[in-house]
Amino acid sequence: MTPKIRAQGLSFYYGAVRALHDISVEILPNLVTAFIGPSGCGKSTFLRTLNRMNDIIPGTRVEGRVFIDDADIYRPGVDVVALRRRVGMVFQKSNPFPKSIFDNVAYGLRVNGMAGSRSELAGRVEESLRQAALWDEVKDRLHESALALSGGQQQRLCIARALAVRPEILLMDEPASALDPIATQRIEELVYELKKAYTIVIVTHNMQQAARVSDHTAFFWLGRLVEYDRTDKIFTNPAEKLTEDYVTGRFG
Amino acid sequence: MRGRALDRAFQVLALLVLCLALAALGALIADVWRDGAARLSWDFLTGFPSRRAENAGIWHALTGSIFVIVVTAALAVPIGVGAAIYLEEYGTRSVAARVIEINIANLAAVPSIIYGLLGLGLFVRALAMGRSVLAGASTLALLVLPVIILSTREALRAVPPSIREGSYALGATKWQTVWYQVLPVAMPGILTGTILALSRAIGETAPLITIGALTFVAFAPDGLWSPFTVLPIQIFNWVSRPQPGFQVNAAAAILVLLALLLTMNAAAIWLRDRYQKKLR
Repeated sequence: MTPKIRAQGLSFYYGAVRALHDISVEILPNLVTAFIGPSGCGKSTFLRTLNRMNDIIPGTRVEGRVFIDDADIYRPGVDVVALRRRVGMVFQKSNPFPKSIFDNVAYGLRVNGMAGSRSELAGRVEESLRQAALWDEVKDRLHESALALSGGQQQRLCIARALAVRPEILLMDEPASALDPIATQRIEELVYELKKAYTIVIVTHNMQQAARVSDHTAFFWLGRLVEYDRTDKIFTNPAEKLTEDYVTGRFG
Repeated sequence: MRGRALDRAFQVLALLVLCLALAALGALIADVWRDGAARLSWDFLTGFPSRRAENAGIWHALTGSIFVIVVTAALAVPIGVGAAIYLEEYGTRSVAARVIEINIANLAAVPSIIYGLLGLGLFVRALAMGRSVLAGASTLALLVLPVIILSTREALRAVPPSIREGSYALGATKWQTVWYQVLPVAMPGILTGTILALSRAIGETAPLITIGALTFVAFAPDGLWSPFTVLPIQIFNWVSRPQPGFQVNAAAAILVLLALLLTMNAAAIWLRDRYQKKLR
């Protein structure tokens, strides 16, 4: 299978601090890839290099290359705005816009000139909300504020919002870390559904979650990629002693 | 226990200070009310200046004040908000940016008569606007610009970064993010700061006298190039007259000016609440 995302010797600096050391990894399409590791290991930073979200933090610098479909996203002249439409992102803390549920989902379509006619727009909003398994809960109050939703619903709204612009890749940065177990389960079921159509990369603190939802797992430690393999291999028979110590809960 | 006593003492002290401030304002209003309330009438509001105190009105000054402040807002708000957006969202953290920042903070503290001198030299003479509404409004716009820029930047900075990130992650450009997400969230703060700045401008006398606004105008301003006067100048003029009738007129005009100010502040609060409700 041709990889969807390929990082090559990627290093990342916050000012003088080197947060990522020479990461090389290939992420396959239509699978869920989990990034695990202790806090500060660089897994979120790496995730954010994949849609150049780190660009908005002043004083940061990237070395190395990241290819998506064989095109380097860090080459000069890349349209970062178009890149971010193709590579969607869901954040750790749900961040719905202080607008209506409908407008939250429609926003990405509007700013990308994908809104079309009124009924087309409404259709896309409905489709996205259904994909995110939120439609039935909100269909009667689409024009009420998104901030009135529960935490789990807000996070699924953020997923719907990301899906609306039809990305190819969905990056999820600890999407369930602030949610209760039932809401978490719903997000995990959703991830399982979505991988049929998307390439999903999920950062998680929770090793059971990585084991449940992912096909491949990458273990990061102190800004380095220690081991990357099939999830069952990482959790049952890792090659590195450090990985084994982490997944068995000896540190982290 | 000691902590709680201290807490209580501080609470009482704060309440006392508040009462003092309110009492000063109350005394001022009561005094002016006693002197001028009887003079307030429709004829007073719609009348023109006269040598006879009982015939004099404030229509020219009231319309002048409103006209000048509307033009001031039309000039200062777009420029001020635009400058703040540039500094906060687009500007880099360079040395030049920091120098500009410090200078804006300093400009906010410059005495208003200095702006009057600048307005006289720049707008009245160099740009040949004369003693017009436009020259007065331009001068006042310069005066309130720093305050509008500072309060707008404050409001923009208070917008949570997660909203910006969410917008960028959907493929929005910087401008779309600012226009559709950041500005609506910052709007209550921007409006409050702007209206408070404008309420300061409406009470300004010195810079307008400096640029040569007339103290005796017998007509309402009828265009941007029209000569004008404003309420504070009319009040200043009447207070300096020896006849007691004009003192009464001044008190009544002060009441009108206060009413105008309170209306503007009430509008600020109303707009802020409306926006906050819309966001919730």
